[in-house]
Amino acid sequence: MASILIQNGTILDPSQQLQVKRDVLIEHGRITRVDSAIDSKGIKNVIDAAGKYVTPGLIDIHVHFREPGDEEEETIASGSACAVAGGFTTVCCMPNTKPALDNEAQIEFVLRESERVALANVLPVGAITKSREGKELAELASMFQRGAIAFSDDGVGVADSSVMRKALQYIKMFDGLIMQHCEDHQLAGGAMHAGLVSTLLGMPAIPAEAEQLMIARDVLLNRTIGCRYHVQHISSAFSVELIRRAKQDGLPVTAEVAAHHLLLTDESCRTFDTNFKMNPPLRTQADVDACIAGVVDGTIDILATDHAPHLAEEKELEFPYAPFGIIGLEPALALYIKALVTPGHIDWMKLIDMMTVKCAQIVRLPRGTLKEGSVADVTVIDPDLKWTIDKEQFVSKSRNCPFHGWDVIGRATHTIVGGKLKWRLN
Amino acid sequence: MQATHDQRDFQRLLNTLLDKIVALVKPGEPLNLVGIRTRGETLAQRLVPLLHDRGITEIGFGALDITLYRDDLSEIGPRPLVRPTVLDFDIDRRPLILIDDVIFTGRTVRAALDALADFGRPSAVRLAVLVDRGGRELPIQPDAVALSLGELPLDQVVKVKVAERDSYDGVEIERRSSHESRE
Amino acid sequence: MSETRWNRKHLLGLQDLSADEIRFVLDTAHSFKEVSMRSVKKVPALRGRVVVNAFFEDSTRTRMSFSLAAQRLSADVIEFTEKGSSVSKGETLVDTARNIEAMGVDVMIVRHAAAGASELLSRSLKCSIINAGDGAHEHPTQGLLDLYTIRERFGKIEGLKVAIIGDIANSRVARSNIWGLTKMGAEVILVGPATLTPSAFASVGCRISHDLDAVIGEVDVMYMLRVQNERMKSAQFPTVREFTKLYGLTWDRFQRCKKGVFVMHPGPMNRGVEIQSDIADGESSGILKQVENGLAVRMAVLYLVSQSGKAVSADS
Repeated sequence: MASILIQNGTILDPSQQLQVKRDVLIEHGRITRVDSAIDSKGIKNVIDAAGKYVTPGLIDIHVHFREPGDEEEETIASGSACAVAGGFTTVCCMPNTKPALDNEAQIEFVLRESERVALANVLPVGAITKSREGKELAELASMFQRGAIAFSDDGVGVADSSVMRKALQYIKMFDGLIMQHCEDHQLAGGAMHAGLVSTLLGMPAIPAEAEQLMIARDVLLNRTIGCRYHVQHISSAFSVELIRRAKQDGLPVTAEVAAHHLLLTDESCRTFDTNFKMNPPLRTQADVDACIAGVVDGTIDILATDHAPHLAEEKELEFPYAPFGIIGLEPALALYIKALVTPGHIDWMKLIDMMTVKCAQIVRLPRGTLKEGSVADVTVIDPDLKWTIDKEQFVSKSRNCPFHGWDVIGRATHTIVGGKLKWRLN
Repeated sequence: MQATHDQRDFQRLLNTLLDKIVALVKPGEPLNLVGIRTRGETLAQRLVPLLHDRGITEIGFGALDITLYRDDLSEIGPRPLVRPTVLDFDIDRRPLILIDDVIFTGRTVRAALDALADFGRPSAVRLAVLVDRGGRELPIQPDAVALSLGELPLDQVVKVKVAERDSYDGVEIERRSSHESRE
Repeated sequence: MSETRWNRKHLLGLQDLSADEIRFVLDTAHSFKEVSMRSVKKVPALRGRVVVNAFFEDSTRTRMSFSLAAQRLSADVIEFTEKGSSVSKGETLVDTARNIEAMGVDVMIVRHAAAGASELLSRSLKCSIINAGDGAHEHPTQGLLDLYTIRERFGKIEGLKVAIIGDIANSRVARSNIWGLTKMGAEVILVGPATLTPSAFASVGCRISHDLDAVIGEVDVMYMLRVQNERMKSAQFPTVREFTKLYGLTWDRFQRCKKGVFVMHPGPMNRGVEIQSDIADGESSGILKQVENGLAVRMAVLYLVSQSGKAVSADS
């Protein structure tokens, strides 16, 4: 394996709270040296990172690759390509495939496919219940031993409280992690946020309480169990408050937020454009502000895209019938910058923290650091690069993106996974 | 703008038209007078009392909106608001005189004839216009005209002004502006 | 005076129309009402044009009304009725509509169970789209014919107090009327159980009341909405009996109405439920007028959207 030298960049490593001009030498798949002015003699691959940040490889613990089952929307291969094009070196893919990732063989399949494609590291999240039906526990321990990074029935939450309680107890047994799509089953069924806009549009709607109810329930169920528990795609103000209180009570809760819940509101749905339809839905400005505040004060630990590919013909349906979800891996970094860094809510160190080491800690992955000796998952980012999001240029098989045409700043220019350059901006 | 006829002239023209209409009417016969909206209607309204003075008293009066009967060729420019057609008389088997301010291509009259056909079957339909400016696109000729202007160039527009709508009476010839429709 | 008063290719809802545009449609409808009084109830305005009634949701009366309106304008009318969601059929709504349009359609009238369906089609097709009802979102021609009927009865709309009573939350008729009436200067009072009268409507200028008897004496128009049994099943109100007790226009309530009150209903009525028979059939009822005016309004709308592309002004 050829060595890579990244010169003249500023390393941003939250794991060491380090922001300083350093060169980084990568050899045999590992970061062997981080030093000022490393000599490039004899090294074939030299990356000039002048004016750029050199960060640990970005991690996204919430993506949907539609393999097996809906390969025309996205595959592990195309999804991995999206990931590295967005600067991500590791992603965790959700089990709502067809069939679901609810047994060892499926977990093995994802890991092998990830290896074969050899772009980003794709780690499978196993289903909590068989076929994600919410009734019987799947073979959780076996999946864990095989390499499932966490468990979730994402797409839906575990509706039955007694099943959820058992899941918490069982997964706690091997110190596993549950990621929950928090949505009360009986308040679900709408197409957008229940508020002023949905009332005026006459659209069936999902109240914010649907999310809050399940968060509250799970926090209560988990009080005496203490399983590691992570709230996916948080979207409402009071949900943030519930997490804040749970953390204050010392409970093992973490939370993530997606770019669209930091940038868009339900007003976008007035045009009935299904590129603004996702679950949980876009809510009000007050909810957006609360999520941003949650990021700032640490209630929300990490950022995650919930990359959910759908083909145009699937999305080009009547709003109430169209599937939920938008893609997000490729524009993610720029959108997080736009929502959080540019307005001055957080700085670059915290941004990278929420996209690297914190993610790694939640899924217990020995990544997210530039310490000498660690696996060389590295991203080079140009923080000043101006570009326009053009979904036609995406590597994804799908095009369902509401940010098409947005002018943004900041982009990954190099993505190095396991010491090999897997993507470079042309 | 060329004001060919002013207020005084207008009265003379109206009287000329009146004479010619009277010549079309059989004495003692009921008559239906229908003005084509909008200025044809105004002229017809003025003619009713004048006809009374000439001893023609049994007059049915109506106003015809031909907007819904126009053919596509006459559609350059803004379309007018559709107003109701009001024909409060017995149309069948009685003579009917259509009144309009200006005749040009003849398409308005064709549309008016189509509209009348949906209401019934007059015994005869005659056409009386204040001004004929030539330029026919259909074989339609007035039976009574007050003022013949020969074949006017197509870049000119004839406007009849009536006090009830325009605050003065007159006939004017103007150079056409781009949005005006041809009638 | 030669301002453009209507240049819209589609009629998707009343929320986006200006008061001027609404007035223009009502004035145009007035002339079309006259056409319906002739012995030959036809004008050739839409001769040679193709109008499709694309009804993806049941409705006999609205469909008939549009059909007749188009025929009175001498258009060729095609009926297309196919129930069920696009997902269950396998062909998407857009595909179905495009296939129909490919046969040469000028105007497509669309009724569908999903909010935003006609908007989706207006983006995906080239012909004019008239929304005949999309989910709970809008039913603009109903709103317009209701405005016309009120204006016909009172000579004006501004300053009137109109109570809309019943299941507002699930009603596209209520929404279109709310937009139309508030734009034309009427005061709208929404009356119904808390589960069916969303408070969000207060932010667009409506009063909300859960007590019909408290407002009954002050309103000029009582607009009764139809009660649907599905609402009981989804726990939105307990029983029909309780609904009638609280919100039905009983004879007793009718006595306490303002003198000269005008009673309206979009149809079809549940006699004895939201409205008592003798009131529906009585002198204060505008229900049949609504149907009659519906025809004229739909003729006007068909005529106006077909003329779009050529600016339509108020003066000749």
